[in-house]
Amino acid sequence: MKTFWLLVRAGFRRHSTYRLALLAGMTTNSVFGFIRASILLAALASAGTAIGGYDAPTTIAFVWWGQALLGTVNLWGFAEVKDRVRTGDIAVDFLRPVNPQMAYLAGDLGRAGINLVGRGLPALLLGALLFDMAWPPSAVSWASGAVSVLLAVVVAFAGNFVINLLAFWLVEIRGITLLWMITGGLLCGLYLPVPWFPDWLRTIANWSPFPSMLQNPIDILAGRVVGVDIVSAVGVQVFWAASLLVLGQVVLRAGRRRLEVQGG
Amino acid sequence: MAEVTLSQRLRPYRVLLASRARAQMQYRASFVTDILGTVGVGLAEFAEVWVIFHNVDVLGGLDFTAALLVFALSNLAFSLADMFVGHLDQLPRYIRAGQVDAFYVRPLPLLAQLMTSDLSLRRVGRLSVALVALTVALTTADITWSAETVALIVLSVVSGTAIFSALFTAAGGLQFFLVDGAEFTNAFTYGGSYAAQQSQQVFPDPLRIFWTFVVPTAFVAYIPAVAILDIEDPLAPTWLAWLTPLAALLAWGIAAACWRLGTRHYQGAGG
Repeated sequence: MKTFWLLVRAGFRRHSTYRLALLAGMTTNSVFGFIRASILLAALASAGTAIGGYDAPTTIAFVWWGQALLGTVNLWGFAEVKDRVRTGDIAVDFLRPVNPQMAYLAGDLGRAGINLVGRGLPALLLGALLFDMAWPPSAVSWASGAVSVLLAVVVAFAGNFVINLLAFWLVEIRGITLLWMITGGLLCGLYLPVPWFPDWLRTIANWSPFPSMLQNPIDILAGRVVGVDIVSAVGVQVFWAASLLVLGQVVLRAGRRRLEVQGG
Repeated sequence: MAEVTLSQRLRPYRVLLASRARAQMQYRASFVTDILGTVGVGLAEFAEVWVIFHNVDVLGGLDFTAALLVFALSNLAFSLADMFVGHLDQLPRYIRAGQVDAFYVRPLPLLAQLMTSDLSLRRVGRLSVALVALTVALTTADITWSAETVALIVLSVVSGTAIFSALFTAAGGLQFFLVDGAEFTNAFTYGGSYAAQQSQQVFPDPLRIFWTFVVPTAFVAYIPAVAILDIEDPLAPTWLAWLTPLAALLAWGIAAACWRLGTRHYQGAGG
């Protein structure tokens, strides 16, 4: 456990080195926030009332929490593990006394932490200053929202980790990564809230792990999901986090048996 | 000294581009996957428009057909620009690896070399999504066709591509200063493309002014579309659509300045 915590801190420090990159990310997230807020507010004005349970302040909260969490949750994936599988460096990870999945998870949690503090929250505050935004309605929402964000980071990591491991069997996983990114981007509730989807698309989204990566924490923090519903929103995330982590372990073990590294 | 004709002068670029294109076709499966990927990106972008219109009938003064036309024009221009110069995005990586110096010692202009360093044929996927959207929009919309309409469409696609290319080039020039902060420029390249896809009426005035006069992406799709469909918008009169080449020219002026500043600033990787 102590090792895990040390790795989290190392990940935090590693990514906090690039301050200019954090500022750049925050700027870009904010520009997209402005554009998306304008579009969704125009849609609300056109509909007259709330759409799918979102009124103007909660829609603004949806937009800015989304932009704030975009850098925190690793939606677009990572290539580090895939590259290490391809070069054979993954063998070194296997030799270490920590489980590779846990080690990479720790690093990713650290990355998420610095991105939330250095990039996400400033963007959120900017949005809150310039728009009329709904804050989490109660202390319960704040607390469960924080847990939900943490789970979202884990779900996104665990899913991407499995995708990365496919490199054990496939020469090039770029196509699969791209497919994951495109479906994920659409279904996680980054562009538009999942409740705005037509029925069939919403059903597909709700059966996938993607809303657990963004929509669920946003729903709690924007105050669209309150009371007992919070339990089920977080419960779904726990289910996906656990199943994807277990799947990752299974695939990792299978890959380890398949791995052949040359040289000495 | 013998007269050098234009065709002779352009020959190295033709050869370079042809070789880039051939290289991409070598790995057939990978190439097909990449194309399918960019088709997916185009479809996902379209899904965003479509889902909104699933909830409302009019967005920012445009109905679905009009919004589809704006979407199509901006995506067409963006994917063309992305195909030709989108790989200027890679510049920070070249700078960090010290590979830019290698370009400097070759007997062709730096920008021309970087532009021809790749021809991202995989972007035809997104391009084809845009073309289908454009065809559907133009056939279903209520348009009084004339030679002017056709000229306007061609003009806006050409100018739109020029505007996005200018944004990529300006971003490239700024990379010489930013390096680690490469993502800054995404705000107006990819952000600009996102803004260009929208009815400009959704924006509050300061943002609208920004996307018209500072980063002129309003000229890419919305202003021409309003003119083609003859939609009433007091802030975008029909004649404004004929000024898109002017907007492209201004954008290129700024891009050239950024590029010049950046390349002058560059001191080399040493060694």
